[in-house]
Amino acid sequence: MNKIIRYFKSLLMIELFQGLSVTIKHMFKPKVTVFYPEEKIPKSNRFRGIPALRRYTNGEERCIGCKLCEAVCPALAISIDSEMRSDGSRRTTLYEIDLFKCIFCGFCEESCPVDSIVLTDFADYHMEDPKESVLNKQQLLALGDRFEQSISKNRQQDAAYR
Amino acid sequence: MDAILEFIWLLIRIGLFTLLPLILMVAYYTYAERKVIGAMQSRIGPNRVGPLGLFQPFADVIKLLLKEIILPKEANRYLFLIAPILAIAPAFGVWAVVPVGDGLVWADLNAGVLYVLALSSMGVYGIILAGWASNSKYALLGAMRSAAQVVSYEIALGFSLLGVMILAGSLNLQAIVNAQSGGMLDWYWLPLLPMFLIFFISALAETNRAPFDMAEGESEIVAGFHVDYAGASFAVFFLAEYANMILMSALTAIFFFGGWLSPFEGWAFLGDSWLRDSSIFWFLAKLVFFMFNFLWIRATFPRYRYDQVMRLGWKVFIPITMVWMLVAALFVFNGIVVRGA
Ligand code: SF4
Ligand code: SF4
Repeated sequence: MNKIIRYFKSLLMIELFQGLSVTIKHMFKPKVTVFYPEEKIPKSNRFRGIPALRRYTNGEERCIGCKLCEAVCPALAISIDSEMRSDGSRRTTLYEIDLFKCIFCGFCEESCPVDSIVLTDFADYHMEDPKESVLNKQQLLALGDRFEQSISKNRQQDAAYR
Repeated sequence: MDAILEFIWLLIRIGLFTLLPLILMVAYYTYAERKVIGAMQSRIGPNRVGPLGLFQPFADVIKLLLKEIILPKEANRYLFLIAPILAIAPAFGVWAVVPVGDGLVWADLNAGVLYVLALSSMGVYGIILAGWASNSKYALLGAMRSAAQVVSYEIALGFSLLGVMILAGSLNLQAIVNAQSGGMLDWYWLPLLPMFLIFFISALAETNRAPFDMAEGESEIVAGFHVDYAGASFAVFFLAEYANMILMSALTAIFFFGGWLSPFEGWAFLGDSWLRDSSIFWFLAKLVFFMFNFLWIRATFPRYRYDQVMRLGWKVFIPITMVWMLVAALFVFNGIVVRGA
């Protein structure tokens, strides 16, 4: 009996018409599209976007060249060289992140003892040449300067949960 | 000399009244497809190029034409380039016998249906040659699938047209339309309901549209027969696919939905309104309706598995059409449907 019912169901294409009715109903439902460059959906304060290097408020760069981030990076995206600066402190001479390798896991931020390397909430960037994928120290510091406000605000909001 | 001039004049008229509208229709059909499928998936579709994205088709055409035509090294050059033309020529050629209004037809052939069937099955040669000439396994697989599929569904398609011929008593497309006069309920979709459905579904299969887009099968064989085509030669395949869809919609309207006849012909209470007049407007309305159905179906159903396609064609459609052919003959024999009137 069930077999016969199934047979007639498929012959009369009942389920197919049910499917068609679903799609036609959706055609007249309000659309959920976000007009991306003009409209943006809110981001979490834990959003992990492009990496940046921060400075202290007096303008001194935070990074002390401990290379913990380089060691922890699962994608081997970070390369660091360091030297003694004239005032006797250890500073990086080379700090590069390859954005093509970086998987935006945030491990570097977790490992950094001085909160120097952070992931900003900025993700709408592009590059016109594949060579531009490697961010050098100057670029990273500039990014840090540019997004310092949102970086510190996000860190503050999240502080209670860490 | 006069004959030559007349010939040129004819070509110009064909270009102006059939080719140009067709190509424009194809352009906006692609736009409509993206909009309709977008809407059905709760998106809005293209909206950046021009107001409401209305210039999108032209942007696409320019993009395709500016791209390089790539000739694969191992491909058969001659066949590779001629295949898209073989695919598109039949799609346009069939329009010679398609009446868009009363008497509005280029060639009033007495064997119109045969011409339609013959030409529309020519289109598959373009696909097979494209797949074979590209010398790539994906393309070849796509072409093989397409060939098998089109051959099996051609039979169901032809059988369902036999029902129309039995009822209309003619192979002339104009005569077939005129035989359906009398209003919505006199059209052949009612006495031939199963055949109408089978015709439309086979049309989906013939045009390699979802859910029968086995020849393309993006998820299994990348893009099937046109995987090696790029730029303008790909654009021609694209054009052929959409022209075929428009053609199949037109044929469905003519064979089963009374072509240019008004659905309210017999409704006396409507008075003398234009709604009761048969005109090209009704043909276009039906055309758009069936074209919309193509998109609607694509937005709804996932692709069939290959063996299921074959099963559906051979074990379901062909037996049903054969049985219903007898039913149609009985209709005529018992006078339920008056032949040719
Ligand atoms: S986010 Fe992850 S992958 Fe990217 S640099 Fe930091 S540790 Fe490496
Ligand atoms: S960014 Fe942080 S973890 Fe990396 S080298 Fe500098 S101080 Fe060490």
